[in-house]
Amino acid sequence: MIQVENLTHWYGERTALRNVNFTVAKGEIFGLLGPNGGGKSTLFRILSTMMAPTEGRALIGGCDVVRDRAAVRRQIGVVFQTQSLDRALTVEENLRAQGHLHALSGALLRERMEYALSQLGLEDRRRDVVETLSGGLRRRVEIAKALLHRPPVLLMDEASTGLDPAARRDLTRHIERLRDREGVTILLTTHVLEEADRCNRLVLLHQGQVVTEGSPQALRSRIGGDVVVLEAEDAKALAESIERRFQLRASQVDGQVRVEIENGHRFIAEVVEAFPGAIQSVGLHKPTLEDVFVRETGAQIE
Amino acid sequence: MSSCGKRGRKLNSFILPAATLWQRELVRFWRQKSRVLGVVASPLVFWLLIGSGSNDLARFYSGALVLTVMFSAIFSTISIIEDRREGFLLSMLVSPAPRSSLVLGKILGSATLAWVQGLIFLCFAPLAGVRIAPLELIPVALAILLISFTLTGLGFVIAWRMESTAGFHGIMNLLLVPMWMVSGSLFPMATAHGWVRVLMWVNPLTYSISLLNHTLAMPNAQPGAMTSLLVTLAFGLVLLAASGIMAAQKSTHSTA
Repeated sequence: MIQVENLTHWYGERTALRNVNFTVAKGEIFGLLGPNGGGKSTLFRILSTMMAPTEGRALIGGCDVVRDRAAVRRQIGVVFQTQSLDRALTVEENLRAQGHLHALSGALLRERMEYALSQLGLEDRRRDVVETLSGGLRRRVEIAKALLHRPPVLLMDEASTGLDPAARRDLTRHIERLRDREGVTILLTTHVLEEADRCNRLVLLHQGQVVTEGSPQALRSRIGGDVVVLEAEDAKALAESIERRFQLRASQVDGQVRVEIENGHRFIAEVVEAFPGAIQSVGLHKPTLEDVFVRETGAQIE
Repeated sequence: MSSCGKRGRKLNSFILPAATLWQRELVRFWRQKSRVLGVVASPLVFWLLIGSGSNDLARFYSGALVLTVMFSAIFSTISIIEDRREGFLLSMLVSPAPRSSLVLGKILGSATLAWVQGLIFLCFAPLAGVRIAPLELIPVALAILLISFTLTGLGFVIAWRMESTAGFHGIMNLLLVPMWMVSGSLFPMATAHGWVRVLMWVNPLTYSISLLNHTLAMPNAQPGAMTSLLVTLAFGLVLLAASGIMAAQKSTHSTA
């Protein structure tokens, strides 16, 4: 449904994207995960036809985002990171205006508005002025607006920014329902791990490059066992001592020592015993996408 | 999948987006009525101060009315800058609606608002000793409408490329307000000296003020009525065309 081929983009001297490739199948939720400045927004702007790439190409439904711009625009619904609703208008007025932009009118427009409102559970909010809605509801209206012309592809840029965890989960639920009931293909950018975990597949973007790709489960299973995180006064020295003593890899990120290991609880007992006083805090968790990111890039997402 | 060719454009896909943008401007305006006060009040105060101080309210009336229209047109078009970064314009830009129709809708909407506020200012005409017979209202209203279009077009052309509203304020103070000052609003062309007179002669706004003076039957309106009409009309059309062309241009860097 979406094909990205050798995409490269420069802002003057700075490379924002470097030879990015991936494909998104119909009816999947596909995530672009990475830190801010990693290239997600650039990629999003290119896919949403707002900007032409320096090199390479991107196809949506077989249509080129630069050459067949108009055809692509009919196939995509776009949800921006920033608000694109008119706050002075009601939910219904916003939707109607959007429908007019897509040349929808009369009975067809009314039918589509009902469809979009019901998909996002907004039927009883239709006459509310957007200004008076909560952040979570506004996001849902944004999505309803993007769905009005029934696009097969929905593009969402950091859609959960500024939402509390409950509103975020609610949003995820609505997106999954769209995929399951309507077969909508969804591409979203995020730096929120919880959100990334709900995607069917992901690419990890770092410094404009695809670091790795796969389902969240597959990515996490690359790290066997547990992740142990140690905080120390001198993380560098501790990491080196651990490597010498236990014959394993201890990476060091932002003053923390990370070790990937089977049976982490046993390791913790040993390591605390071995370096008394050197360790300030100890943590153990099952591998997360953050761990995958750290492992692949040596940097953290947030 | 669907074909990627261009779909034949129906009239609907041009008129509907323009109409909806026009309507949006009016609805927003209606819901934020305090804006009227802001736009009409400051020209009114300027006018009363300058006019009363020099004991000649009539002389400065047209200038103050055009200033009202200018403020309204500028404030409406300034919203483009913020709208593009965060707002309604974003979703317009990725919709299949033709840019020309979006530009038309925005300019129609903003010009209508400027016109309405110009008409509100017209209610103060009796204070200036200007008596307008009902039938004479028609040419006056039409002249204000034309001036509204022209100034909205000017605002659009400036705002479209602007990155920040701060830049727009700079242009307003360095270009638009001086342009207004040497348009016959404060002193007539006949009494102007040297290079300022040349500036007045090339300033399109001079012809707008003069057009208004002619329709209000003010004494000493200069240049002539026909010249004023034609220059204002031509200026408006050039700006409208420029707006359309600028908005249609593709961008290779960030539009957001």
